[in-house]
Amino acid sequence: MLLKTLTEAFGIPGQEQEIANILKEWISGNCDKVETDVLGNLIAIQSGKEGSPKVMLCAHMDEVGLMITFIEKSGALRFKPVGGIDPRVLVSKSVYIGRGRIPGVIGAKPIHLQKREEADVPFGIDDLFIDIGAKDKEEAERLVELGDGVIFTTTYEDLGTKRAKAKAFDDRAGCAILARLLTMDKKWSFTLQGVFSAQEEIDARGAQVASYRLEPDIAIVLESTTASDVPGSKKHLYSTMLGEGPALSHSDNRLLADPRILERLKEVAEKKNIPYQMRGLVGGYTDTSRIHLVREGVPCGAVSVPTRYIHSPASIIDKDDFENTFKLMVGFLDSIEERGLPF
Amino acid sequence: MKDLLKKLAETFGPAGNEAQIRDVIREKVKGFVDEVETDAMGNLIAIRKGHGPRVMVAAHMDEIGVIVTHIDEKGFLRFSNIGGVSPFVLLGQKVIFANGTVGSCGMENLSEMKDLKLNKMFIDIGATDRDSASKKVSIGDIGGLYGEAHFIGDKVIAKSLDNRSGCAVLIKTLENLAERDIHNQIYAVFTVQEEVGLRGAKIAAYRVNPDIGFAVDVTRTGDTPESPAMAVKLGGGPTIKVKDSVVLTHPLVRQFMIDIAEKKDIPYQLEVLERGGTDTGPIHLTREGVPSGAISIPARYIHTPSEMADLNDIENAVKFLVAILESELGDRGTGYLTH
Repeated sequence: MLLKTLTEAFGIPGQEQEIANILKEWISGNCDKVETDVLGNLIAIQSGKEGSPKVMLCAHMDEVGLMITFIEKSGALRFKPVGGIDPRVLVSKSVYIGRGRIPGVIGAKPIHLQKREEADVPFGIDDLFIDIGAKDKEEAERLVELGDGVIFTTTYEDLGTKRAKAKAFDDRAGCAILARLLTMDKKWSFTLQGVFSAQEEIDARGAQVASYRLEPDIAIVLESTTASDVPGSKKHLYSTMLGEGPALSHSDNRLLADPRILERLKEVAEKKNIPYQMRGLVGGYTDTSRIHLVREGVPCGAVSVPTRYIHSPASIIDKDDFENTFKLMVGFLDSIEERGLPF
Repeated sequence: MKDLLKKLAETFGPAGNEAQIRDVIREKVKGFVDEVETDAMGNLIAIRKGHGPRVMVAAHMDEIGVIVTHIDEKGFLRFSNIGGVSPFVLLGQKVIFANGTVGSCGMENLSEMKDLKLNKMFIDIGATDRDSASKKVSIGDIGGLYGEAHFIGDKVIAKSLDNRSGCAVLIKTLENLAERDIHNQIYAVFTVQEEVGLRGAKIAAYRVNPDIGFAVDVTRTGDTPESPAMAVKLGGGPTIKVKDSVVLTHPLVRQFMIDIAEKKDIPYQLEVLERGGTDTGPIHLTREGVPSGAISIPARYIHTPSEMADLNDIENAVKFLVAILESELGDRGTGYLTH
């Protein structure tokens, strides 16, 4: 199952090769061209008719993670976050280091040794280290190198009747949807540019160069976005809710979505009876932050699978939302086939 | 100038919703230029054709605003900011949406005013429930500040003098140049989405590919009681920008601007803006780099419904920009600042 394989794979920003290889094998037979660029973006092209519009769909391969920065004499590993991780979610988590998957545990000073004032504040990154069971620096150096990436060991599991748990639904959910779109029997007459982007979590760097290279006429980003529909959160700050359908972005910190694209997405959803919700929050950013300002500008939209506990070791999605996001995108591409671009 | 300024300032056009202000500006400038284009994001590009160097002058036409993030069952709108909006400034103010819906900005009961944040506030559009509110406003709709422009002596008080005063300067400049023969090719760009991060100017500058660039915007002043130190005052003339958060003005461009102001006897002030940026930022970093400068209009109470500027500064900014665009600019890299 692609979603399981993708979410369990290793891919912190800048180290996305494993994900790229999985996807490449999955989609190659169904695309006219599949290539990797200098930043590690995986770019898949289904060529359309001469002179037809270029439609770019983009999902990022990288996940938030950690990177090893120092090895203590004791063999404990110091690290820094790569992408936005709340240090409070880290302590005592199991991790894998590097593509060799060296197992470790994120350790900290135990509670019974903490001073009273220490116990009152959460651990920061500098209070934490990774223990790989090495007895000293020499043994640790045989297993890991500075710069190695670190991921959580979380496995994919179905929860309840409709939901699923995994790490890195952000944005392997988007990658899985894009991979499915690129492997459908159906082909459209316009050019479809599938971009599995690198380094989104650290400023959307991959999408910048990929969109410069591809010069699309329109771009839609497939994402996973925060759902705060949990106890303790006020309803007007939920942003999105699980099970209410794909979330359409009107804006975020770095994009005001093209209203014509948004309108078309709503029309398609209503016509096809696909539930959707408007993403409430205006924070965060996606690959659209870079794409819409490339060259002379690219009209952009973003469609997301609502996800609880994003950027943590274990996130949860609703599988109906996942399916409906896929259906909405099929409908959107069909609408371009039937009616052309929305502008 | 007063009529133009009033019309521009009062027209709706928060970032991402520039259609109304763009239509107003297009009507004003189309008789003064050879071509008018709109690009992928909605920048309005007015072109005076010629054979000389390509000169881009950007004035952003968007304004700050609010964006609806949630509609509750009683019909109150929760919202967030579009650009730099202070909750303290917004409290008790009116906002207006593109379809003319007007609302009042209220707040939850707070024990201390310093706890006021936008997510503790709401917009009341007089709806009784979610359904009736949803007929007027949707999540994602963007509203702007609402209010009339007033003239008091030489001063104007209005919303959105940031940057409709800059738009007025650029329009009047094009009008002044319309009947004259000029060497330079002029790309007057009324940019979008400046208030949310200087976005429109980035793609416009890529498209125009200018040899030299200018922005016309407002700047802060240091002339109100206990204000932070800043050597710019209302009525002291348009400023020549030296620095802000996103640009160090090209030293030759700065000197060239000073020389023109001196020669034409136009009052000017040098501007060092400690916080804030304008379209010069993205313009000067476009492609292989573009030598760029900026003229600013001093304004007090920026990003409030009651911004204040001096009409003499605005008129002098027009004279200044006309003089700049009429000067002989050489090609990039070969003494582009000969004059």
